[in-house]
Amino acid sequence: MAHPAQNGRTRTIQPLEDTPRRAAILKKLRSRPTVTGSAIALAVLMVLVLAAPYFAPQNPYDLANLNLLDGRLPPGATSMDGHVYLLGTDDQGRDMFSAILYGLRISLMVGLSAVALATAIGSMAGLVAAYVGGFVDTMLMRIVDFILGFPTILVALVLLAMMGRGVDKVILALVVVQWAHYARIMRGRALQERRKEYVEAAANLGFPAWRIMVFHLLPNCLGPVMVFATIQIATAIALEATLSFLGVGVPITEPSLGLLIANGFQYLLSGDYWISMFPGVALLLLILTINIVGDRLREALDPRRA
Amino acid sequence: MNDTILQVRGLRTAFHTEAGAWPAVDGVDLTVRRGEILGLVGESGSGKSVTGFSLLGLIDPPGEVVSGEILFKGQDLRKLDEEGMRRLRGNRIAMIFQDPLMTLNPVLRIGEQMMEAILTHENVPAAQARERCREALAMVGIPAPEKRLDSYPHEFSGGMRQRVAIAIAMLNRPDLIICDEPTTALDVTIQGQILYRMQEICRKHDTALIWITHDLGVVAELADHVAVMYAGRIVEAGPVAQVLDAPRHPYTKGLLESMPANTAPGARLHQIDGMAPSLAGRPAGCAFRPRCPNAITRCAEQAPSAIQEGPRSFRCYAPIARETASA
Amino acid sequence: MVLFTLRRFIQSLFVLLAVSVVVFFAVYAVGDPIELLVSPEATMEARAATIARLGLDQPIWQQYFTFLWRALHGDLGTSFVHGIPAIELIVQRIPATFELVVVAITLTCTIGIPLGLVAGLYRDRALGRGIMATSVLGFSLPNFWQGMMLILLFAVWLGWLPASGRGDTVSVLGVPLSILTADGWSHVIMPAINLALANIALVLRLTATGVAEAQTQEYVKFARAKGVRPGRIVRRHILRNILIPVVTVVGMEFGSLIAYSTITETVFAWPGMGKLLIDSVYQLDRPVVVAYVMLVTLIFVIVNFIVDILYAALDPRVQLVAPAH
Repeated sequence: MAHPAQNGRTRTIQPLEDTPRRAAILKKLRSRPTVTGSAIALAVLMVLVLAAPYFAPQNPYDLANLNLLDGRLPPGATSMDGHVYLLGTDDQGRDMFSAILYGLRISLMVGLSAVALATAIGSMAGLVAAYVGGFVDTMLMRIVDFILGFPTILVALVLLAMMGRGVDKVILALVVVQWAHYARIMRGRALQERRKEYVEAAANLGFPAWRIMVFHLLPNCLGPVMVFATIQIATAIALEATLSFLGVGVPITEPSLGLLIANGFQYLLSGDYWISMFPGVALLLLILTINIVGDRLREALDPRRA
Repeated sequence: MNDTILQVRGLRTAFHTEAGAWPAVDGVDLTVRRGEILGLVGESGSGKSVTGFSLLGLIDPPGEVVSGEILFKGQDLRKLDEEGMRRLRGNRIAMIFQDPLMTLNPVLRIGEQMMEAILTHENVPAAQARERCREALAMVGIPAPEKRLDSYPHEFSGGMRQRVAIAIAMLNRPDLIICDEPTTALDVTIQGQILYRMQEICRKHDTALIWITHDLGVVAELADHVAVMYAGRIVEAGPVAQVLDAPRHPYTKGLLESMPANTAPGARLHQIDGMAPSLAGRPAGCAFRPRCPNAITRCAEQAPSAIQEGPRSFRCYAPIARETASA
Repeated sequence: MVLFTLRRFIQSLFVLLAVSVVVFFAVYAVGDPIELLVSPEATMEARAATIARLGLDQPIWQQYFTFLWRALHGDLGTSFVHGIPAIELIVQRIPATFELVVVAITLTCTIGIPLGLVAGLYRDRALGRGIMATSVLGFSLPNFWQGMMLILLFAVWLGWLPASGRGDTVSVLGVPLSILTADGWSHVIMPAINLALANIALVLRLTATGVAEAQTQEYVKFARAKGVRPGRIVRRHILRNILIPVVTVVGMEFGSLIAYSTITETVFAWPGMGKLLIDSVYQLDRPVVVAYVMLVTLIFVIVNFIVDILYAALDPRVQLVAPAH
């Protein structure tokens, strides 16, 4: 008679291998094809952007390179000295391909800086509010709600109208508009974590408040903030492009994709579509790949799916 | 006259994963006669709820009813198409769910949710349907039923919501009602009231009941027959008095002994060693073997088939001897 | 319900007050109000007159009250460029913007919700997945570029629709509306689609996930157990539950759309408030910018207020401050 305690190595049942509707059910179960394609595209874009000077056939900002006579040439046309303009030229004779590569750089740089800064500022604010609590918390949340109550485009537009043009000012406007999101997310998460025992333990050990916040709380609260940040990169890039298009963004000396598109607007009606279209496609690809990869990232990290 | 309204043979319901399909219900036989109350007892994870849903064809992917026969008044439900099943649901076979808060739609009024149960099966004027609903609410003991028809679910207490669920189930005078742990979420005094009400209604209208529960005490009070489920199989079944007085399967005995009601005051509560296995971790052979005080080598090799003894049946190679009544 | 409404109303007032303080601070305290509000081409007398009228020589807190008092009377400065009160200028443009926004919202609901429903109900099939995948394009496409491509396709290449401007208008109760004329429609349809696209994608996805969530709810299973027909389950049970968040979003988006119309109006040269704003920014016509901010905030607050009340009316659970009986 076997004793119940002796069930060390118990064989378990084998699953059924085949049932009438298994094939159909499995087809539904399997998740959408992974978007490795998007990730690869994104990686390629990044490489192109970082090494733009090496890839670009022409430095579009070096005025010596530009030949006005080559202006507004359609894609595939050849220049005086025999070199092919892959994507045509703009009204100044700039090679669109090179201009787009440089433009991608600026767009990406602005987007990433803005998000990085907004994340840092917003997270710290949210963390402090959650940890200190009380009046500080209430005040911060009132401000956050207030800012988030307005459409981003309006706030950014008015800010830039007051401040003037410039890459740094654009980044500042983007940060002002975005930081509130991070503050809210971080605060929500920090409030949950704050109740946990490791925080109490650290306080009992006599660590100063700032140390607890930075070294103990922060690492555990970064998750949702980082996920949100990755999605916001695309938003920031789109916002900068829009602001530049409206004429309040980056100055003409450092054209981002938005400015290039704005430039080509006037020629659209006469059929010279390439000046606006191709920078737009590049912008679209950038935003799309970031969105898709960010979307999958969010799904993968969603705690409900665990 | 054949008054068997439900006959289930070899029901097998599995849940699909990439690795394979795991049977939550593994070869279940059930018989229910007209007006009879069957108590289906088991721990969580035993597959009793899945059995209930399988009968009504409410198993959604990744679940699948793999094999078996579900004969309702002679007709095999598994061979019916979706529209055919829809006509039976809420009409000839009704179901009462466990959580009354979640089963009623929070943004629709009670009256509408009751009337749709009638109107989807019969073409009667709305006023008449509403009158029937009002009567049903009165029948389950809800005061001021006319006003209550215009209320929203969140305006009722838990016990009242479950009474509404019973009223809905009875609206079309079904032949069979499947009750999936309807009183588990309620407190004990309400539970008693609901049990009494159900029994009264079923006796009066000759409605058969399958009462799914983990509580043997409820079964003892309410049911005519009992079926004990473990790891997807019925390990013992029979008339309630006989099974509870003299259980043949060690699991049934263990369940009975661990009931607080059966324990002498001050004595330690009896426990069955070990835990119920998960869906994918069921032992080969007899699933209860690792926890069984009577286990022999044969139990590990092959799952026992059902042995019939008169109105009772059980699956065990080393059942408790017939003469030994539990002390 | 009444208490709820009152509470929200008071909250709205506070927000308005807060904005007025922020704007005042930005214009009068931080910037140089004289530079901001007095035209650079004004004569010395006009300058002095403006300074007196605006009270720019008074202590700061007094200035705020003057500012508030004037604002409540609709005096938010005079446009440098056009010479008429800024408020008047903006109000003239309101019908055009509202028309655009209303058409855009209608498109959002009539396209977004049904498509989202389909995408949610058929999410395991190619149709559902296709719709969801395409919707990502909706909010990835930069608004202004998408508008330009629309112009390229329909105006330049196909020549079906006019490239810019507003169509012929018909006056209704003194308000000129262009959607009552065929010419008006040919002009409004592209900008409206441009404005609505991101929202359509948003509402579509919201509806689709709402349907997916609703289908797993217990009350849907219970309805099936009662034998309720699938069509009715979708109509009465699922739709009612998801319409609540969707309506809220659409309502909130109304204010957002007014803001984003600046872009669409610029691309399509639509004579609305947004275009006025951009032109004013370009021309450094600051009183108009200030007036715009105040006015749009007011609209925003009103719309949010209405949406909150509507939401409470739709979802019976929200209203209760204390449980019934």
